[in-house]
Amino acid sequence: MLQIKLVRHGLLTLAAAAVVALLVLQSEDVSNFEYIQVAAYVCAAAGLTLLIGVNGQLSLGHAALMAVGAYSAALYLRSGSEDSLASAGDLFVALLVGSVTAAVVGIAVGAVAARLRGPYLAGATLALGACVVGVTTYFDHLLGGDQGLTMPLTEVPAPLSAALTSYQWSALVSLGTALLVLFLLTNLKYSPVGREMAAVRDHEVAAQLCGLSVARVQINTFVVSSAAAGAGGAILGVLYLQIASPGAFTLFLSIYLLAAVVIGGLGSMRGAVIGTVIVLYFGRLIEDRVAHLGLSTAQTDRLAAHLPLAAFGVLLIVVMLAVPGGIQGTLGRIAPRLLQLMETVGGKK
Amino acid sequence: MDRFVFLTVNGVALGAIYASVAIALVIIFRTTRVLNFAQGAMAVASAYGGMAVIEYSGSYWLGFTTALVLGGALGAAARLTVFRSADRQGHLNPIVIGIGLLIVIESALAIAFGPTERHLSTAFSRDLLHLGGTALLSRQDLFTLLAVGVVMSLLAWTLTRTRIGLQMRATAFNPVVARLHGIKVGHILTLGWVIAGVVGALAAMLVVPTGLGLFPQAMDLVFVLGFTSAVIGGLDSLSGAMIGGVATGLALSYASGYLGSELTYVAAFVLLLGVLLLKPAGLFAGTTARSV
Amino acid sequence: MLKGSPDSGLSVSGVTVQFGGLRALEDVTLSVPPRSVVGLVGPNGAGKTTLFNVVSGFVRPSAGQLTWDGHPFHPKPRRLVRQGIARTLQDVGLFPHLTAVENVMLGRTTQRRAGYVSSLLGLPGSARDERESRRISTEGLDRLGVAQHAERQASALPYPVQKRVALARALVTRPRLLLLDEPAGGLGAEDFEPLAELVKSLPGDPDSPCSVLLVEHHMDFVMGVCDQVVVLDFGRLVAAGTPSEIQSDPAVAAAYLGIDPTDIEVDAGTAVTLTEEPA
Ligand SMILES: Nc1ncnc2c1ncn2[C@@H]1O[C@H](COP(=O)(O)OP(=O)(O)OP(=O)(O)O)[C@@H](O)[C@H]1O
Ligand SMILES: [Mg+2]
Repeated sequence: MLQIKLVRHGLLTLAAAAVVALLVLQSEDVSNFEYIQVAAYVCAAAGLTLLIGVNGQLSLGHAALMAVGAYSAALYLRSGSEDSLASAGDLFVALLVGSVTAAVVGIAVGAVAARLRGPYLAGATLALGACVVGVTTYFDHLLGGDQGLTMPLTEVPAPLSAALTSYQWSALVSLGTALLVLFLLTNLKYSPVGREMAAVRDHEVAAQLCGLSVARVQINTFVVSSAAAGAGGAILGVLYLQIASPGAFTLFLSIYLLAAVVIGGLGSMRGAVIGTVIVLYFGRLIEDRVAHLGLSTAQTDRLAAHLPLAAFGVLLIVVMLAVPGGIQGTLGRIAPRLLQLMETVGGKK
Repeated sequence: MDRFVFLTVNGVALGAIYASVAIALVIIFRTTRVLNFAQGAMAVASAYGGMAVIEYSGSYWLGFTTALVLGGALGAAARLTVFRSADRQGHLNPIVIGIGLLIVIESALAIAFGPTERHLSTAFSRDLLHLGGTALLSRQDLFTLLAVGVVMSLLAWTLTRTRIGLQMRATAFNPVVARLHGIKVGHILTLGWVIAGVVGALAAMLVVPTGLGLFPQAMDLVFVLGFTSAVIGGLDSLSGAMIGGVATGLALSYASGYLGSELTYVAAFVLLLGVLLLKPAGLFAGTTARSV
Repeated sequence: MLKGSPDSGLSVSGVTVQFGGLRALEDVTLSVPPRSVVGLVGPNGAGKTTLFNVVSGFVRPSAGQLTWDGHPFHPKPRRLVRQGIARTLQDVGLFPHLTAVENVMLGRTTQRRAGYVSSLLGLPGSARDERESRRISTEGLDRLGVAQHAERQASALPYPVQKRVALARALVTRPRLLLLDEPAGGLGAEDFEPLAELVKSLPGDPDSPCSVLLVEHHMDFVMGVCDQVVVLDFGRLVAAGTPSEIQSDPAVAAAYLGIDPTDIEVDAGTAVTLTEEPA
């Protein structure tokens, strides 16, 4: 039963990898560039799903953990000789460094989070998110202050350089990393470890009476979640933005992730992917529609930048009101309906 | 020494503002167990309303009053719509709803007024007054202290001396028993949201022009500091929130004065964590809930 | 039993618990000898659950000592199962979003290590352990006659089934002492008999003998399964003895019916309050 599940995850991942590879090879640079962003968000959203959906800990500060991933990857890449390109090896190590550094920070944050509940935890993680700017400005000699740290360009490895554009290479690496994160976290969710996380979410007292250390389980979950967010942050910084700067890791990024996780259906990795895609493409869709309204450029820009956010706010509220059983009452059914809704909205072009 | 005195006075003036935000949060939390994450955004929206009226009419005080009224109205509206049944849901739902409302308000403001900074004037001059040779505080600081003081005294008087205040306290203590005694708990809760909205709007009108200026996210960080202050007081206690506000104001004033202003928010975070770790239920909390 | 022997059971001596102005337990002394079933009865709010909370480490007494296995005992909730003590909760306390069998599998947490690496990678070794754990847990459910509900979500199960799943979860920890908080609460009369049989069989279980401390309001049930019964009232121990001694004790009638044969005294200040059920 369980083994079947695990084999299925493996096969699904391989199948998904094949589809992703095809997609990337077929796509223009513009689309591939977008896929990098999707991949980055998916990593972080998957980590957040594990934290909120599986373990019941809310974080409004995951953007800060992504920032840790981006900055540490930047520091690693910039530690080499100045204006050289980053090789494939460097790139992989940078993603790993981003993930591991975020995990290490996650130990500290998780240890604090494990002592907090409900609004206290939400407020503390919100405050954590607000620290990014301060920390980067204070350590500006190291972290580049407001300007941030630019990344060296990545180089397509020699055997592939004839076949792949640089965007295709970046998209392959990003989506591959996202699939790996999804594979690992899905395994974890269906393992005894995932069950322990869910037990702690459902009933702390009973979990203790089963011999679990609630704090330990919560900290471990936070660390795993941070590692995923760090990988996402590293992808976002190195391959998408090509810079690590405080302006990219604001409260809004945390809220985007929260929206993706909530809309996708809490606790499901598939939901995290669907939610991310909805959040990113729903946003694009709105921007598109706005562009066709025939407003002045200034008005169009303003609407295009802020209307999607307003829409996510409304969505968050509607989803929460529609699920009176609480966030932990199984969602999952929301995503398919939203997809339908989007198809109808998008179809009416 | 002069510097110390200056930072202290400055800290108390800032603290009065954080205390107002904290009180707005506590008034709602103690009755509904909902922490309103949209409180800061609602306050900013009120300040925008105030700014619009000031620009249109040219009268600061008309705008000031408008902002407070708008704050109260927004509080009532939030309570009667999206937060209608929030106190009956798990603790995560109202948080997410608050976050949703926060980005709706902030992006609506950005669409309506533009994302860039707008000018909101202060009530009085910000030139420092000299007392015995030391530059201490401005007329605006005095106004801040006075305004917050008046609001707090009014609130304290209402809570302790009036019938409606008694009903509010009874509702906070035990809504079920309050209802059994014929108190219209729903109305009392809405009143709490109105008061919170007014107090939040006051904080925005006071802090925005002296701080970073008026833009949609102007209160995000103030909200975090108000939350810190409220947590110091235990989220449950109004006097605790006052003391928490002043403590936060002082801590930040000293931190930015002696360590560098970039560290203001890191200092707030450290302060918040310190309090949460040492005394998770706050320094003034009473009993803890039974878990087993 | 010899002092210090690993088989000297649980003893509670002189335990007092104070919640603000309320004295929930006052100088309570009792013991659960190995291979015995001890009943703990008393009206609502008497302090029965509080005593369980003391023994399982959720509440620290302001006075008194515990011994377990002949050693001084300072319980911590999450260490309890490793020390051979399992407890059920008055409010069932299942993990509502997990299935019945997953609930029981969590009872075996301390018997196998959940490794992160093998869990992340989905290695075959962890799958094998998992199958084994699932088999044992299904047997545990079967022992209580609810194996057919194994794959259903706990919150969707009827209350009596939930009670049994919770008991199964406690039993798969292979405890040497089981603390049962109202196991028959919410069950129909027809369910009492099998439950009573099970509880009676635990001390003599050839595989893992286990003594029981049982809180229960159904007197027939208590009198039928217990070797010893202890009566609490307003946090004080008012009687202790065999079931038949207890049934004829006037102090017990007083505690339960509110009539005190010696001096009738109604004290409004200590009126029985509604117990808040655990969340
Ligand atoms: N954590 C706590 N804080 C404050 N009071 C408590 C706490 N736990 C228990 N009490 C009080 O102690 C008294 C004894 O409660 P307890 O739950 O032990 O009673 P009980 O005998 O188990 O009752 P019941 O049969 O209703 O389960 C009650 O008045 C209860 O309200
Ligand atoms: Mg009880």
